Amino acid sequence: MQKFEVHQGLVVPLDRANVDTDAIIPKQFLKSIQRSGFGPNLFDAWRYLDEGRPGQDCATRPLNPDFVLNQPRYAGASVLLARENFGCGSSREHAPWALEDYGFRVVIAPSFADIFFGNCFKNGVLPIVLPAASVDALFRAVEAQPGYRLTVDLPAQKVRLPDGSEFAFDIDNFRKYCLVEGLDDIGLTLRQADRIRAFESARRTAQPWLFKEGAR
Amino acid sequence: MPAQTLYDKLWSSHVVSAEDDGTTLLYIDRHLVHEVTSPQAFEGLRLAGRSLWRASSILATADHNVPTTAVKEIADPVSRLQVSTLDDNCSRLGITEFAMGDRRQGIVHVIGPEQGATLPGMTVVCGDSHTSTHGAFAALAMGIGTSEVEHVMATQCLISRKARSMLVRVDGALGPGVTAKDIALAVIGVIGTAGGTGHAIEFGGSAIRGLSMEGRMTVCNMAIEAGARNGLVAVDDTTIEYLRGRPYSPDDSEWQAAVAVWRELHSDAGAGFDRVVEIDAATIEPQVTWGTSPEMVSPVGGRVPDPAAESDPVRRQGMEKALAYMGLRANMPITEITIDKVFIGSCTNSRIEDLRAAAAVVRGRHVAASVRLAMVVPGSGLVKAAAEAEGLDRVFMAAGFEWRNPGCSMCLGMNDDRLAPGERCASTSNRNFEGRQGAGGRTHLLSPQMAAAAAIAGHFVDVRTLAA
Repeated sequence: MQKFEVHQGLVVPLDRANVDTDAIIPKQFLKSIQRSGFGPNLFDAWRYLDEGRPGQDCATRPLNPDFVLNQPRYAGASVLLARENFGCGSSREHAPWALEDYGFRVVIAPSFADIFFGNCFKNGVLPIVLPAASVDALFRAVEAQPGYRLTVDLPAQKVRLPDGSEFAFDIDNFRKYCLVEGLDDIGLTLRQADRIRAFESARRTAQPWLFKEGAR
Repeated sequence: MPAQTLYDKLWSSHVVSAEDDGTTLLYIDRHLVHEVTSPQAFEGLRLAGRSLWRASSILATADHNVPTTAVKEIADPVSRLQVSTLDDNCSRLGITEFAMGDRRQGIVHVIGPEQGATLPGMTVVCGDSHTSTHGAFAALAMGIGTSEVEHVMATQCLISRKARSMLVRVDGALGPGVTAKDIALAVIGVIGTAGGTGHAIEFGGSAIRGLSMEGRMTVCNMAIEAGARNGLVAVDDTTIEYLRGRPYSPDDSEWQAAVAVWRELHSDAGAGFDRVVEIDAATIEPQVTWGTSPEMVSPVGGRVPDPAAESDPVRRQGMEKALAYMGLRANMPITEITIDKVFIGSCTNSRIEDLRAAAAVVRGRHVAASVRLAMVVPGSGLVKAAAEAEGLDRVFMAAGFEWRNPGCSMCLGMNDDRLAPGERCASTSNRNFEGRQGAGGRTHLLSPQMAAAAAIAGHFVDVRTLAA
């Protein structure tokens, strides 16, 4: 996983609440057995005027000029500004895979759906919860000022604005540690293999029916 | 010991280790696997040279991509590869899989309980948000991402943090024609799709106690649509009777010991919840969604709301976008909305009780001529066989429904069962998001009875008036 320390990037505003994972990456693209290549189909139904199919060359598809990601001023954006309950719906990790593959490293919203929020951290994408009033202020600033960029300092837990002001944000220590170091958490957990084995063994003794194998 | 909630008990009995910041290593008893969210996890293990921690904890099936028509092979090569990748991974690693063609194959959230593979007191995970379904058995069940699937495969643990607790208490008697699905939609209508975010929801009260296990699964299934990763219902006689004699259920020699443990799986009297929501069951009417989020829901006797009456600008804009997408007018009666297709199925409503309820409505009647397709997709091969043994297949087919093979089907349209752009569907599934059932498709969520009634009438109708 990519490390995340300090990131500076162009901000794109997606001004709607309850953006669901079907919107982030529609189901027809979930058939891939790969982890990469989902970026061209990020927000597919909003981004293109035709109906997306797996395996298309997206470069030749008609773009929806009204969709914010297609506006030239937001080309190359890496910070997504969003509204309440971003990422609601399914557990598909294809959603953060698509965001990451497109080039997003940060999503800022007043709230996120739980599963999506956790999935982002596994893929080097930092979801930041800010108060609704701060998010509102950012929406106004981004729309007023072309080329609006933010600096996200994860070690300091700060979002820095171009005018020099900043917003602090919260993050779990463990998630921060894994993201800053770019760590694989499976390796970390396996350091506790003896404890897991001991727990499992006690559980098997106390409730052996939990370990029954069904008919093959 | 202080009074504990059911969630407290399930959580504390699975903690392997905990850090000061609340990050907890939680032991996982059961891992359900399907073809869509697992291939990258298997590949990750292989690339890292890691092995499965406990293959026997896993039960796998193909459900999202499988055809529901009587074909032996999947036509779409991309879908076919995803399913065959699951088959290959399971046979290579010694994982029990109910593959296509196995009569036990079906939707992962139907077959787990059906097999007794979901037991009270377990932690259950699956790379699928509707894993909340299994909480109906007082199991701590949650949807996880593919990285977490890989983590559980390698370590038998999930890194997690304890959620806040919410009690949704539904007391009183449900009226005739009002179902578990209507409870779920009514709750979401009250608390919103983010109302349960960060919470584990326990459903209690006499109306929940009165539900069958199928009904409780429907309610817990929709907990995720309220934003909650877990839904829970306490163990009672209904739970225990459901589990007797299932393939993975405890053997006779262990049954009494297991039941004694299960009987403790309820919230203690006086246990505190972070939030309590109370709903009078008698006030719940049959529900129909009108928008593109499950919280956009109305009693069938209501009208499509008017965005002009909404003061919050973000909400108003959301309503305007939803009405434009759904092709609806503000203030039109729900019962004037005509439909093109009907889908009875999905992990929410494809169990035998759902099919019986829908069949009772359509028996002796016929699907309206204006309805292009009405389909019933049983949740598993065993549900299908049980329904056929009762003659439900003949009731549906005589009424003009198609009787299909099990799978996720038109809930999300990863197979060939999809809506065309602009088509409007009465659906017993769980999500009415834009494009969910097919690009440009318009989904209205409702109960199996209400879907059956809509199929007969060609538009939404209060099933209670149809039955009269």
